[in-house]
Amino acid sequence: MMTALRNLMEWIDARLPVTETYEKHMSKYYAPKNLNIWYLFGVLSFVVLVNQLLTGIWLTMSYVPTGESAFASVEYIMRDVDYGWLLRYMHSTGASAFFVVVYLHMFRGLMYGSYQKPRELIWILGMLIYVALMAEGFFGYLLPWGNMSFWGAQVIVSLAGAIPFVGEDLAIWVRGDFNMSGVTLNRFFALHVVLVPLVLLVLVVLHILALHEVGSNNPDGIDVKKHLDEEGRPLDSVPFHPYHTIGHDLSAIVVFLFIFCSVLFFFPDGGGYLIEHPNYEPADPLKTPELIAPVWYYTPFYSMLRAATFPLFGLDAKFWGLVVMAGAIAIPFVLPWLDKSPVRSMRYKGTPSKVFLGLFIIAFFILGYLGTVHPTPFKTLIAQICTGVYFGYFLLMPWYTSVEITKPVPDRVTMG
Amino acid sequence: MSKDGANTSRRKFLIGANIVVGSAGVVGLAVPFLSSWNPSARALAAGAPIKVDVSKLEAGEILGPIPAWRDKPIFVIKRSEEMLKKLNSQNARLADPNSERQQQPEYAKNDTRSIKRDVIVLVGLCTHLSCSPKFRPAVQPETFDPEWLGGFYCPCHGSKFDLAGRVYAGVPAPSNMEVPPHFFESDSVVVIGEDEGKV
Repeated sequence: MMTALRNLMEWIDARLPVTETYEKHMSKYYAPKNLNIWYLFGVLSFVVLVNQLLTGIWLTMSYVPTGESAFASVEYIMRDVDYGWLLRYMHSTGASAFFVVVYLHMFRGLMYGSYQKPRELIWILGMLIYVALMAEGFFGYLLPWGNMSFWGAQVIVSLAGAIPFVGEDLAIWVRGDFNMSGVTLNRFFALHVVLVPLVLLVLVVLHILALHEVGSNNPDGIDVKKHLDEEGRPLDSVPFHPYHTIGHDLSAIVVFLFIFCSVLFFFPDGGGYLIEHPNYEPADPLKTPELIAPVWYYTPFYSMLRAATFPLFGLDAKFWGLVVMAGAIAIPFVLPWLDKSPVRSMRYKGTPSKVFLGLFIIAFFILGYLGTVHPTPFKTLIAQICTGVYFGYFLLMPWYTSVEITKPVPDRVTMG
Repeated sequence: MSKDGANTSRRKFLIGANIVVGSAGVVGLAVPFLSSWNPSARALAAGAPIKVDVSKLEAGEILGPIPAWRDKPIFVIKRSEEMLKKLNSQNARLADPNSERQQQPEYAKNDTRSIKRDVIVLVGLCTHLSCSPKFRPAVQPETFDPEWLGGFYCPCHGSKFDLAGRVYAGVPAPSNMEVPPHFFESDSVVVIGEDEGKV
């Protein structure tokens, strides 16, 4: 029996490099032994991705992407389809969970300098995944065709109208109509279930291939490939499988699923943050909800959009709002070239780096909160200050990372 | 000629020619894909003008939002004498009090932005990001403006407009609310979506 199996694997391996690929990416892929809890969110985002793909495919089986039937078909899924409510809540909760784990994953990168040479491409591919994810969330949010779906998309599509000269025509082209309509819904459905997921999958594969080419960073930010044993394996690393997979990732997935299921079963609308209350009413082109707030994962950028309130250089405030928001999403792409520090990890960077990262995170949270409430002159001022901090973290980085005094980096990893 | 006898210059020319012809093909192929996103014939036909009866509208009242021109919400407001008197008293606070920007047909470019002094027709969308502003006609201090003279307030991003749809300075919205093409077919019926005498 074993011989037969071995012969089969040999037959396959001569035609398709299955064993070789498995060894390269799993059993002989060496990852640092000092990886800590922050290194679990990459695997967790993969778990959520699988959840989104599976539940998404099943939802399309009962969903109808037309202006007349979309809202009713979601009600139908929730009430009449066996376990339809579960599939839909898994998908809607999964969307928020996706951003939770991705934000934590990105924070890990900022903290331990995972974007620094030679991991610039991993970072850029990761940023592309993040942008694709935002697009995916945006297109998907229109599909239930609730009133918040409608007006949320209305606001974002109108952003295109802020571009001088071509804006209005561009917005009409994107909508396929003079105002948001079933035509828009139908094309967003196509983008949400076919185009963006394909792009996402390709990007995820490239992200992992690039990672496995250079190897994982670690909390010390040390190059583990400097100390190899006689067979050329890094001394401070262990094989990804089974040490990281079974040893850490599996238990992390269990803990994650506990939290995920608590939200899924007990707070599926997250108090109006995961599924907003106006979305229980069908889309009404004549009635704007009292407060238009995007889902929580976009609110920091939404705050920055609203923070631009004055015209400049003869261009409208709303154009500058678009520029600020687009800039906020674009600027992390060049992060690898803004950080001039000789060390990677926050453990060995100087105080200015720690202070700026701290302020950046605080500003991001405040912006996130402000995006969920009505603007007042005071709150707009706070949003403007936080927008300044957000950009200051990036734009001042070449300065503060080059003048600060860093601590000496140990030769081998520490297990602290 | 390279050493192995290949004609490198001819090879370069062929590669270049292939790139040029191939690019032209890609551009040509992109046309149907991009054009299919334009409003379809059906969506264009649905943008026809409509008629609105304003005879039952009392002074100080709003008719709407009503779905009208191109599926956009339309406001029709009959302003009272008192409203009209105060209308131009705070012009210094407005971004474009004389309606210099092309947000209205020529016949509505006046101090009331309307054909008749009292009845104004507006597209009920904020010029910022197209939320539908709320009608707040009362002259009273509001949380968003202690010296409020009545007008429209956009809940999304806090833009303010007066009772002629003119935008206040210092708010996110860049321009006055749009006045759609319209004309009075009779004293009580207004046609929205086309100018008089034009079909």
